[in-house]
Amino acid sequence: VSTIRVGHLYPDYLNIYADRGNIAVLARRAAWRGHDLEVTALGMDDAIEPGAHDLYYVGGGQDREQFLVAENLAGKAEALIGAVVEGGAALLAVCGGYQLLGRGYRGFHGEEMPGVGLLPLETVAGERRLIGDVLLETDLGPVAGFENHAGRTRLDEGATPLGRVVSGFGNDGESGFEGCRLGRAIGTYLHGPLLPRNPRLADWLLEQALAHRTGGEAPAFEPLPDDLEARAFEVSAGRARARGGRS
Amino acid sequence: MRLAAEIAAARAIAGLSRLVGAGAGMTVPGKLLSKLDPAAIDRLAARLPAGAAAVSATNGKTTTSAMAAEILRPRFRLAHNRSGANLVSGVASTLLSSDGAELGLLEVDEAALPEVLRRVRPRAVLLGNLFRDQLDRYGELELIAERWRQAVAALPAGTAVILNADDPQVGSLGGSVYYGLDDPSVARPSLQHAADSKYCVRCGTPYRYRAAYVGHLGDYRCPSCGHARPALDLSARSIELEGLERAAFDLVAPEGTRRVELALPGLYNVYNALGAAALARALGASLDEIVDGLGRFSAAFGRFERIAVDGKQLVLLLIKNPAGANEAVRTLVEGRPPRVAVVALNDAIADGRDVSWIWDVDFEPLLAGLDRVVAAGSRAAELALRFKYGGLDEGSIEVEADLARALDRGLQLTPDGGELVVLPTYTAMLALQRLLADRGLAKKYWERTA
Repeated sequence: VSTIRVGHLYPDYLNIYADRGNIAVLARRAAWRGHDLEVTALGMDDAIEPGAHDLYYVGGGQDREQFLVAENLAGKAEALIGAVVEGGAALLAVCGGYQLLGRGYRGFHGEEMPGVGLLPLETVAGERRLIGDVLLETDLGPVAGFENHAGRTRLDEGATPLGRVVSGFGNDGESGFEGCRLGRAIGTYLHGPLLPRNPRLADWLLEQALAHRTGGEAPAFEPLPDDLEARAFEVSAGRARARGGRS
Repeated sequence: MRLAAEIAAARAIAGLSRLVGAGAGMTVPGKLLSKLDPAAIDRLAARLPAGAAAVSATNGKTTTSAMAAEILRPRFRLAHNRSGANLVSGVASTLLSSDGAELGLLEVDEAALPEVLRRVRPRAVLLGNLFRDQLDRYGELELIAERWRQAVAALPAGTAVILNADDPQVGSLGGSVYYGLDDPSVARPSLQHAADSKYCVRCGTPYRYRAAYVGHLGDYRCPSCGHARPALDLSARSIELEGLERAAFDLVAPEGTRRVELALPGLYNVYNALGAAALARALGASLDEIVDGLGRFSAAFGRFERIAVDGKQLVLLLIKNPAGANEAVRTLVEGRPPRVAVVALNDAIADGRDVSWIWDVDFEPLLAGLDRVVAAGSRAAELALRFKYGGLDEGSIEVEADLARALDRGLQLTPDGGELVVLPTYTAMLALQRLLADRGLAKKYWERTA
């Protein structure tokens, strides 16, 4: 039995697409495996301490809220990169949080928002919002969610996406890829929220967090029944398939 | 001359659309009219001798305008889109089918408000609140607020702009009358999870709340720049809430104070009644007329409904976004908490394609008292997951996407003389209404008189 320590960044500001659903799924699924999940809110005045958290979570916000935290978060870039990239903590960043972890965001009117530079990508606002159900094929199996973003995110040459878009827009509506993976860190536009209907992804994050906690190999959880999860996934994936290819 | 011919053509279509059962014929003639002559709506509005009033908000606009209609009916013959057809086409249809009306009382969709204000040029505008709602359709809250700001600024001088001062976004639009609650005894201990406008509209610092009532609505002040709730011209004090049964409050106005009794539950209906009172007052109603009208009022179609079915009570409460659903849950739990509930989540365009909002609803207090919940609607499985991860035992959750079967299952689980709570999203509510009407239990909405 371990206590998995989650650092939830700016939950008061970044919570627009029901991010707490993701946290609820992590907490229950950890508990069903006999582990505790301890979630600490990390706000404007809180520092990121090396080794203090096994999993970081950054949610999505409206433009205004995202701007309010961007500079503060950029000031903690070194600590966060140290904790995740060098320290091996797991990370999930969704939508606005995903954009903030790249090098920066340029708004539609040219306004610049600094990023953390943890993920090898950049985002520029487009004219039309990309909205709808999405289905991906990833190394962890198919993933279904909902996207709603004005940003077009470009991965650097050689960067690893989370998955290939089967239906939906993805990072920029053009490349055919969605999200970004770097070690134990995942960034994605998919909400819905993401984890309830994609329990394999939730378990993977918990396994990575446990590896950080214990300093050993990531454990492989026994699967849970997950019948409801599979049904919800099927409906969501069906919505995406009905939408067709990237359009 | 041309307008008359267009009206005749559009009306013929309305009759036709009702005949073929395509609904109440609410928006088709308006759409046709807009196509025949885009400026017709402006001229139809200009024909109203007493002018028009517009009501918009994320939550409560249908109920609020129906309350205002009840107050104003003895004074004016109304052109009122009471079925909730609140886009430009619905407004046009209402104006079209209201010969001899004196006053237009128009509920308006948040996104359609700028165009309706520009074209109808109402003499009074009531703006109630902005909550996160259907982000896939409306976009972010800030965007709507900014469009409202521009639309309000462009109104002719002398327009009565009535604002809910308790909403920081709405209260800062610049109005002529401000209303709000003034009774910290009914405040929540803290802001709810889904609270939206928590940061100062001027400087971005988190507001401090002396009292938080519904979502982010309350008595706020920015500790940094001092931006605060405007002084209230009209307020509700000594608020009494009695579960699902009723609510009452003191309506405090410069000209006096009156006790208002509502046959409707919940703090959100106190906001609706207060808004309706402020609007009716701006249109000339006295406090006595307001108290009488609100006392006569029963719920707007489908928002809250109680129907007897086979010796059981069916209670329907519309849920459509986190703030509204939280109030429905709070009202239920503060009355007699239900043991059985049917919750129906559809994802048609009118419900919002993106169903993530259910995770922002504080369902937990409701779940704590439930023996059994039936998850229904096109996204029943997602809803079931929400309840599972909300802590409800999987054995207590039944998934039945089909609304008719879900309703029957809910009734079957309800003991004789008991109460079944049904919480549907918008299109699920309409489908349930049709179902009940087909069984002879409720009238079709266009057959109702008030």
